[in-house]
Amino acid sequence: MSGATGQLLENLNALAGGLFLLAAFGMVATRQARGCLNLFITQSLLLAASAALLGLRYGSEHLYGVAVVNLISKPIIVPWLLRKTSPGEVYTRREVEQVLNIPTSLLIALALVVLAYFLGRPISNSVASQFRGPNIAIGIAGLLLGAYTLTVRREALPLLLGVLAMENGAFFTGIAISRNLPMLVELAIATDGLIVVFIMGVLTRAVQKHAGTTAVGELATLKEAAAESPAQAAKEEALAK
Amino acid sequence: MSVLIILLIPLVATALVCIPLKRAWPMAVTVVANAALLVLTTNIAWRLAAGGPFVSAPPVWMLKWISVDGLGALIVLLISLVATTAAIFSIGYLGHENLAPGKLRLYYANYNLFIFSMVAIPVLAEPTLVWIVVELTTLCSALLVSFDNTTEALEASWKYVLLSLLGAGFALFGFLVLFAAMQASGSSQPYTWSGLIAAAPRMPPVLLQTAFVFILVGLGTKVGLVPMHTWLPDAHSQAPSPVCALLSGVETTAILYVILRMFPVMQAAPNSHADAWAILLGLISVGTAAFLLLQVSDYKRMFAFSTVEHMGVILTAVGLGTSAASYGAMQQIVAHSVTKSFCFFAAGATLLVVGTREIAAVRSLIRRSPAAGAALVLGGLAITGAPPLAVFLSEFSILKAGVTQSRYIVTGLLAVFIVIAFFGIMLHVNRIVFGASDEDRTDGLEDKPIDGKKHPDTPSQQSNNPIIQQSVNPIPLSCKLALVLASVPVLLLGVYIPKPLHDLLALAAGALTK
Repeated sequence: MSGATGQLLENLNALAGGLFLLAAFGMVATRQARGCLNLFITQSLLLAASAALLGLRYGSEHLYGVAVVNLISKPIIVPWLLRKTSPGEVYTRREVEQVLNIPTSLLIALALVVLAYFLGRPISNSVASQFRGPNIAIGIAGLLLGAYTLTVRREALPLLLGVLAMENGAFFTGIAISRNLPMLVELAIATDGLIVVFIMGVLTRAVQKHAGTTAVGELATLKEAAAESPAQAAKEEALAK
Repeated sequence: MSVLIILLIPLVATALVCIPLKRAWPMAVTVVANAALLVLTTNIAWRLAAGGPFVSAPPVWMLKWISVDGLGALIVLLISLVATTAAIFSIGYLGHENLAPGKLRLYYANYNLFIFSMVAIPVLAEPTLVWIVVELTTLCSALLVSFDNTTEALEASWKYVLLSLLGAGFALFGFLVLFAAMQASGSSQPYTWSGLIAAAPRMPPVLLQTAFVFILVGLGTKVGLVPMHTWLPDAHSQAPSPVCALLSGVETTAILYVILRMFPVMQAAPNSHADAWAILLGLISVGTAAFLLLQVSDYKRMFAFSTVEHMGVILTAVGLGTSAASYGAMQQIVAHSVTKSFCFFAAGATLLVVGTREIAAVRSLIRRSPAAGAALVLGGLAITGAPPLAVFLSEFSILKAGVTQSRYIVTGLLAVFIVIAFFGIMLHVNRIVFGASDEDRTDGLEDKPIDGKKHPDTPSQQSNNPIIQQSVNPIPLSCKLALVLASVPVLLLGVYIPKPLHDLLALAAGALTK
């Protein structure tokens, strides 16, 4: 591979990385569930693009495999599975009340990205030069932003997508630093991701049937209310009469 | 070859229970399959304890990543033991509910898949594959946790899945970094647990430590270590009792096993602080759980918190680092698994008898159902480490190891927390089983003879009594059988550790210390 082409591929990869991060931000900021899903699909496509570019750059067939697995599983199978399992309501829901409002969320997300940069730097310094690149810090940022989404969202679909986005983030780093992982492992992880979608979809349907909402984060009956609970039950019963 | 059969048995059982036959069919298949698994794993553990070589599958394709050593054999043995007793307990527990046949098959299919995912953890030696099966344990058990299909069970299941997957995301990152560390060490060893130990001295410390912290926190979420434990009492209390026995008794230890696998790797590397991390997280878990135990209101949650406590004890013991402490940790893993499963069977029997999980709503259980009451007392005593039962012996050897090492602060804190937990649990158990005297004596004199009618005057009685008195179901025979079977190791291991088990424990402890 000539130096100029290599440089071009690396620049394109950096562009994909930048857009990947942007998509992660978008998922933090989007209220619409469907918008979240579209951003997640974009993010997965960018992950595939980055894997393909790095594969081309370093002549790694294994990374092409990662790209193909991502192209098939996330943009195609995940939405299909979601349609099959979860109630249609999850798409139309809009989160009006998040735990934190969106500007605050974005500020925290920004802080997380800075943190990711500092976490990524020592890792980047201790791997061989061919494994370095923007992927490490951006992947960690994706991981942290996904985790952040999980803690502040209340709706089922954004939560589910947060889990998958975390996985995307881990992989975005993975394709740079551990690209010789056996293909089989990659496939198995992708399959696991699909099972995640299936199980969470089924659970969402059950929750919606029982509680009449897909805002799973609002379920909060189980906690340590030791002293009150019997008394409270008595009170409620008294009120019922 | 026998290792492959371990993995095949639960899969075949899953396929078999899906065949729509009589109600007894899936139950019988599950009991037989898990008993066969128990025989097989006992055999493997026996051979390893007698000094046999590691048991591996033929080294072709992905089978080269399948092998069982002493530590793995111990975990897989415990899983199959609890899986068998829980299968027996399930018969009576589900039998009385009159479930639709489809739902029953769903339960057993999930049950066997869950067993598969758990036995795969110690059997696989490749860390990323282990990560995959760890995630599978969450996914296979999610529908078991929500099996009762109440709003609470669904909430518990959501929390369980969400937080476990959150942890799994961090752990995945950890394992990918670990792979990078392996590559950077220039080692030609395969990416397996033993290959990692060999490569550890030449790994870049930053990568190894990053990987360790992410794996510890990520998988620690699923073990229920304290800052990340919030889902555990929910999931472990809302699931059907036999499933609780599996979740609390062996799933947590199986995941903890993965964390423990990282310790020899960290010890092989220069100046790692794995031990300090273990002691810190371990003590925080034990302490928090001990104090939370004092204020639980649900007896299944109580046993769930006790799991958090035990995981902390094991992690602290491993953090102490000597071979004596590691041996104690292994003993504690065994004692925890057998005792906690027994406790959840006892709790399940109590639930069958009284129909409520509220501690406040159950009094004088010993009179209602002597069997359930006695089981609950034995379970409470056993799990809190009363002599001469299994947990006592293991906790004693951990504390002894701590004292001989002159780690007085750690040992002292551990001892204090264990004592607090003892009082916490026994306080509640005592109230449930013998507690008639307190509340009932004032109005119980007239209440008792007309058993079945509630008291209109006192509000607390009003809310509690109807639940207790509408149902005094007998405990099904299979549940009693499971209780008796599960109580054997609880009683036996407190006074006598058979030679082969001792060898196996020593072998497993040896795998932990470099």
